[in-house]
Amino acid sequence: MDRIDADFVADALRRAAARLDAQRGWLCALDGEIGDGDHGTSMANGFDAIARALTATPPARTAEALRLAARAFLAEVGATAGPLYASAFLEAAARLNGPQDLPLDRLGELLAALAAGIARRGKAQPGDKTMLDVWLPAAQAAQRAARDGAELARIAADTRAAAAAARDETASLMAVRGRAARLQERSIGHLDPGAASGAEIIFALCDAVTDRASRGRAR
Amino acid sequence: MQRFFNNPDDIVDETVAGFVRAHRDMVTLSPDNPRVVVSNWAGTQGRVGVVTGGGSGHEPAFIGYTGRNMVDAVAVGELFSSPTAKAFHDAIRAADGGAGVAVLYGNYAGDNMNVKMARKMAARDDIAVDTVVANDDVCSAPASEREKRRGVAGEIFMWKVGAAKAAAGADLAGVIAAAQKAIDNCRSVGVGLAPCTLPAVGHPNFQIEPGKMEVGIGHHGEPGERVEDLRRADEVADDMVRIVLDDHALPAGTEVAVLVSGLGATPINELYVLYDRIERQIEAAGLKVWRPYVGNYFTSLDMVGVTLTVMALDDELKELLAVDTACPGF
Repeated sequence: MDRIDADFVADALRRAAARLDAQRGWLCALDGEIGDGDHGTSMANGFDAIARALTATPPARTAEALRLAARAFLAEVGATAGPLYASAFLEAAARLNGPQDLPLDRLGELLAALAAGIARRGKAQPGDKTMLDVWLPAAQAAQRAARDGAELARIAADTRAAAAAARDETASLMAVRGRAARLQERSIGHLDPGAASGAEIIFALCDAVTDRASRGRAR
Repeated sequence: MQRFFNNPDDIVDETVAGFVRAHRDMVTLSPDNPRVVVSNWAGTQGRVGVVTGGGSGHEPAFIGYTGRNMVDAVAVGELFSSPTAKAFHDAIRAADGGAGVAVLYGNYAGDNMNVKMARKMAARDDIAVDTVVANDDVCSAPASEREKRRGVAGEIFMWKVGAAKAAAGADLAGVIAAAQKAIDNCRSVGVGLAPCTLPAVGHPNFQIEPGKMEVGIGHHGEPGERVEDLRRADEVADDMVRIVLDDHALPAGTEVAVLVSGLGATPINELYVLYDRIERQIEAAGLKVWRPYVGNYFTSLDMVGVTLTVMALDDELKELLAVDTACPGF
């Protein structure tokens, strides 16, 4: 089976960069509703910096790719998103540092590691209307599908569906962290921009999985 | 909203470009990082470096306090957003003169995270870094949870005192102790009359209804202690003095430094209207105003409002506040 190797990580992060660039305006508009209106710009620029760094010095190992991503993102993005995603990548680099790369059906472990890095740095709780509200359910969905013995395409589909549902669910939540907390109950009814961008990154990871899976079948 | 900008995405870069051009006698842009403003006196060998940083939109803070016997390097963030960890790291490197660097910044989630990560990066360069986190905004959390309070205009006194201590040749621990004492001795309160607008957003992200004011508002429109009917200037001044002094039991006869700052769109003359009453109230409370500062020292884009900061002084703080400085903000 294909593995979560450096090429997979690089491919997924490039796909994330393309998705975030395409959704730049939408994410800024979401952020303009309840925040400071620059989330699309900072996420798209941050992942573009990651993609450029991966091209400049192609990493050989998974953990190296993740550390490179952390460094590039930290140099480009400030606010809370910068350290949160950098911490996500660093946590994943620490956990996916074994002698052998994880098989692709353990995508959930990569997602869980990213979520753990975000949680450790940001100290948000589930339901606080943050990016964590998509990362945790997506990781759980991927792990559940793998436990059920689902094939790769199904794992990716379940993860994608969980991320989309969780993203939409943030509209019903009241923000208690970040600038949106200022709005209290008025933040209800708006998607959380951090959850929306997080879902795009998760979709990119799922795209990378299904692409590998279909190429595997073609072989 | 009618404002002066080109592309809203370029505002910060263009602000910094104009700033370093206008104040080239005191500051320069870091050659390593376009989001780091460096004092022309930074990096003096054997002197502790002083760094700060924060979101843009508060000018003259933070960049305006870069200069001689003031902050050595400032990390510049997007509007109302923390600078990157890399910008803090590059600022630390620019400020380093081999005696360590004091990072003196405000208590906000993004700044805390980015400074923490920058500090780790600096450790790999063998630069000793210590921090003081400003938390002078009285209404942002109760006194029992002072560590949760945000930093506001008291940061200016923290920078001034810390940098003056560094200029006097103190070691890193001495600079940190002086800056910590400065901010511990500060209490601030803000009152907002109208919200501010980020040009990229085009509308305010909170509202203050006509005829109302928000007492205890934060530097980015964080909610205040209460929203109530707008009152006469003297009553607003009395309320601000009361909030600040109630939180800060100072013995009669204590000398204080007082800073009244507009939040960006308050006419300067109104600051003086308020100050006249503020000083009389402070003196009526048995304190003595040693040095007042009135002006736009720490703003919030085009917010209509004002902040009051009172710092209790001792001989050391007076001596450090009196140190001659050259920076665009003072």
